[in-house]
Amino acid sequence: MDNKKKNQWKAWLYLAPTVVLLLIFTVWPMINTLRMSVLEGYDSLKEIGGASFSFGFDNFKQIVEFYRFKDCMLTTILLTFITVPVSTLLALVIAVALNSIKFVKKTLQTIFFLPYVTNTIAIGMVFMAMFNRIPVGDTYSYGIINNIIQAFGGEPVNWINGGSSYWANIAVVSVYIIWNALPFKILVLLGGLQGVNKQYYDAAKVDGTSRFRTFWRITVPLLSPMIAYVVITGFIGGFKEYSSVLGIFGPSMGPGNHEMDTMVGLIYESVSEQQGQASAAALILFVIIFAVTMINMYVSKKKVHY
Amino acid sequence: MTENINDVNEKVTPEEKEEKPRLMKENDVDTVSKKQTAMKVLVQIALYAFLVIMALIVLFPFYWMIMSSFKTIDEYDALVPTLWPQNFRWDAYKVAFEKVDFGKIFLNTCYVGIVSTILSLVITVLAAYAFARFNFKGKNALFAAMLATMMIPGELFTITNYITTVGWFGWDNTFIILIVPFLVSVFYIYLLRQNFMQIPNELYLAAKVDGTSDLKYLWKVMIPLSAPTLISITILKMMGSWNSYIWPSLVNSDKAYWLMTVALRTADFGEGAYVDYPAQMAAVVLVTIPLFLVFLFFRKYIIRGVSRSGIKG
Repeated sequence: MDNKKKNQWKAWLYLAPTVVLLLIFTVWPMINTLRMSVLEGYDSLKEIGGASFSFGFDNFKQIVEFYRFKDCMLTTILLTFITVPVSTLLALVIAVALNSIKFVKKTLQTIFFLPYVTNTIAIGMVFMAMFNRIPVGDTYSYGIINNIIQAFGGEPVNWINGGSSYWANIAVVSVYIIWNALPFKILVLLGGLQGVNKQYYDAAKVDGTSRFRTFWRITVPLLSPMIAYVVITGFIGGFKEYSSVLGIFGPSMGPGNHEMDTMVGLIYESVSEQQGQASAAALILFVIIFAVTMINMYVSKKKVHY
Repeated sequence: MTENINDVNEKVTPEEKEEKPRLMKENDVDTVSKKQTAMKVLVQIALYAFLVIMALIVLFPFYWMIMSSFKTIDEYDALVPTLWPQNFRWDAYKVAFEKVDFGKIFLNTCYVGIVSTILSLVITVLAAYAFARFNFKGKNALFAAMLATMMIPGELFTITNYITTVGWFGWDNTFIILIVPFLVSVFYIYLLRQNFMQIPNELYLAAKVDGTSDLKYLWKVMIPLSAPTLISITILKMMGSWNSYIWPSLVNSDKAYWLMTVALRTADFGEGAYVDYPAQMAAVVLVTIPLFLVFLFFRKYIIRGVSRSGIKG
């Protein structure tokens, strides 16, 4: 009995650093975010100075009516709904292809994983350089991507420089996000494929099923748990997109002034002041992510074959 | 199979097609199997073509980054781009090294990375040990509550943590602020606990009979047996401090406390038409190469950690 008590005491001692740090940096922020969001015009500096704030939902109203809120939301949603399907499908095709070869498979696998072990901001700067055009005299050095387009007979596009269109910017950021998202998805899907029982494919072969049909009728259903996993994590990551835009455009978050800003960007810009509104924005984002995850889970429950 | 037989029929001469219903001849079986191998080879060629093209697309940014870093500004700005530098020059690297203050920032990043890794490992090991080996009141509830916090996006915490650390603790422009808020990772505790629980309880009881203390048992048995997980945690944590940007840029405005990514993004390579892109690309190479080296040597451990978390960095 005595020993048991001693063990209780010991366990809590070992857990003490974890619990204390979690209370300060995880539990308190959860409570405080809720609190700040419902205190009108909340500002932490004023609070430290002794000011008090009245209860109300003004922060939510103000952040939603903030002139950049709608644009940030639209950009975030567009980036998510463009990049998740494209990168998932591409990763699936690459994973299936990788799974059906033997020679240099390992090398190719390593190459496809490389984007994962990079710095999002650093490589964003490389994508910037590839799409960037530089004024030279009265013409431009158009950047390698435009040079490739020209080599195929196309017209150079103003991708990211001053005066570039919103859709050109979206295209560049999407390409970068997809490039960045592929490794993780390929890794998970390939892992899933290697666990698939070969008998299914042998049966399909005996039945004379075409490759395309085998892909949709056997591979995709068998992989559906992994597909659901990468789609769900993809959506969560998509709604938190920020670093990719920052890497390409820098702190201006767009060719001029915040044209490509995202929800997370909006939150970070108001961290040091207007924390009431920042909290409201963070809660709105959390609710959206939660809802989308729930929808994803609901859909996958109906479609996924375990 | 149906497809293949159709293929064969298309190739047979019209005269042969006339005789219906025709019986399979011996050499027909031969053609079918030949056709099949031909199909197989074609499919393999197509697969390789597709994979190689995709691999080249994936690699191209790296290629362009490295080639650009060896060019002069004039060559970089040329209207007709060169895929291979006329002369490989290291000048851009000298500029990049100075502009980013690479030596100093490298030390900063290593310092923060090493200190936070060590502290984080100690905290994680102790917590995982408590969850794996002890029975105490509220154990399951606490563990479940901790796992639940993993679902909340970190962005939600940032605002309050900023107020707590900068406003209340006055930790802005220090290294502490880069370390302390991120010491506990519920995910790492979870990983390590799973690992610890696989170690048979008999080992623990035997050690107890021998009079080994809990901490000694932890140090001599549990830790060596879970080394792979601990290595994974170490590498991911070090890469995290190398790649972290948002928090350091929010809280540390003083260059003396910058980490690598902040220094890279903030370094001044010129304005408008006079940007020194080769130097910028050289700086990106300097940031990327160490990550690749770590990946080459610890591939297995990185993939282990990644495939279970899905969290970058």
